[in-house]
Amino acid sequence: MKVLVPVKRVIDYNVKARVKSDQSGVDLANVKMSMNPFCEIAVEEAVRLKEKGLVEEIIAVSIGPIQAQETIRTALAMGADRGILVQTDADPEPLEVAKLLKSVAEAEGPGLILMGKQAIDGDNNAVGQMLSALLGWPQATFASKLELDGQTARVTREVDGGLQTLELDLPAVVTADLRLNEPRYASLPNIMKAKKKTIDIKTVDDFGGVAPGHLKVLKVAEPAKRVAGVKVESAAELVTKLKTEAGVL
Amino acid sequence: MAVLVVADHDNVSLKDNTHKTVTAALALSGDVDVLVAGQNVAGVAAEAAKITGVRKVLTAESDALGKQIAEALASCVTPLMAGYDAVLAPATSVGKNFAPRVAALLDVAPISEILEVVDANTFVRPIYAGNALETVQSSDAKKVITVRSTAFKAAEEGGSAPIEAVDAGPGAPHTRFVSDEIVKSDRPELAGAKIVVSGGRAMGSAEEFHRVIEPLADKLGAAVGASRAAVDAGYAPNDYQVGQTGKVVAPQLYVAVGISGAIQHLAGMKDSKVIVAINKDGDAPIFQVADYGLVADYKTAVPELMEALTAAGL
Repeated sequence: MKVLVPVKRVIDYNVKARVKSDQSGVDLANVKMSMNPFCEIAVEEAVRLKEKGLVEEIIAVSIGPIQAQETIRTALAMGADRGILVQTDADPEPLEVAKLLKSVAEAEGPGLILMGKQAIDGDNNAVGQMLSALLGWPQATFASKLELDGQTARVTREVDGGLQTLELDLPAVVTADLRLNEPRYASLPNIMKAKKKTIDIKTVDDFGGVAPGHLKVLKVAEPAKRVAGVKVESAAELVTKLKTEAGVL
Repeated sequence: MAVLVVADHDNVSLKDNTHKTVTAALALSGDVDVLVAGQNVAGVAAEAAKITGVRKVLTAESDALGKQIAEALASCVTPLMAGYDAVLAPATSVGKNFAPRVAALLDVAPISEILEVVDANTFVRPIYAGNALETVQSSDAKKVITVRSTAFKAAEEGGSAPIEAVDAGPGAPHTRFVSDEIVKSDRPELAGAKIVVSGGRAMGSAEEFHRVIEPLADKLGAAVGASRAAVDAGYAPNDYQVGQTGKVVAPQLYVAVGISGAIQHLAGMKDSKVIVAINKDGDAPIFQVADYGLVADYKTAVPELMEALTAAGL
């Protein structure tokens, strides 16, 4: 079985996003970029499935600028077999990303699409669900455990209040939550090996093109800052202030 | 225009998130209907009918809807959209799961976790873990929106809307429910609690977390939360996690015990009305957002706080 793992190049999760002074967006110039952490978890899970002998081939696909090759290269160094870059300098909306990925999936015929639950830039948490709907495949989002058994996948999901376990007929879309696994660091030999693996560079037109966006960003602003309050000397003083000054007790 | 709100419930009772989502919907239109999709939901529908401003309550019932399976919810909601210009769902694990599916089936762009309705086409939503707020204008004729309910006041009760059944749709033929592990608790729910007490990595063990955080929470009638570090270390279950990747809370009072205040935690609680931080490191970033900071070891500070609360008659 083939597994398709979409990966996104985003601002590194340790870097604090800064809003541009003209409020047109977040400043990404000279900012460290990395693979979206949830995508990394998805790649790791695919590699573990391959190590268990449940998967033959892992294809990492990214939609983005030419630099997104580095992100695919990271996935290859972790253990993915080959990559596809759908090159575009536009920043397609989740709906367009889902449509492009649908075309990629139709061309590749994977038994499973394993991807992050959301990208930490747009925080939309939408592409996996939309891709699943467009393909007419079942979905399991926010996965914390994944077991493959022949033609089905058993997925434990993190839901409000606890966990839910579902069984899906394959092919299916599964999106990774934080506790699915802890991604490995690529070893130096694997990084070297990854340089020899293939990345096919395609255009969006190879996969049906991109329609104009449905959402127009009018502005991007910084949230109101919270100001530090006061330090209290004792628990007793804290309770007094909460009662009389803040009125929350 | 007419707007459909998809209710948050557990087949037994209606959740407050529904009331908050109705408030967001009423900012779009005066014609707001509520869909209660589940199993044996007559009681939930009766509760929804009481929300002021609701025109009509729709019920749809099937096994798969009872388990809130995304495919079933999407195939129930999508045909209903012929009669609505927008659908709003609270950004819970259920809402986030099915709403983008509806958007894809309608060929529109979903709008996730809105904080504000600017006008019928324009919304404010957080990006980059709340480090930036994006104002987006939608050109879609039909809108699919999830609502961050902490940003909206709950609609009042006092109405008596009519209730009617609608088609449940084809369910989820390729998805089977296996099991649920829902944590039972007498404490208030984290997402809607008026007071939240959260513990961090400083607790050092699950036993210590129970011994320190839970009695304080019970004394205050609070929900229990935890930082990601505490959850990752196994001191608290994952559904306690407050932060960018966990739950976003905005209670009247948030008490952070032994939490340093990583950006990812702050993203989940910085909209709380009053923040109290107890940490022995006076330079911890949590103090930059706290209204009241107590620089002390929680081991002595929490027992003293319990005593002071008792002395104050709580």
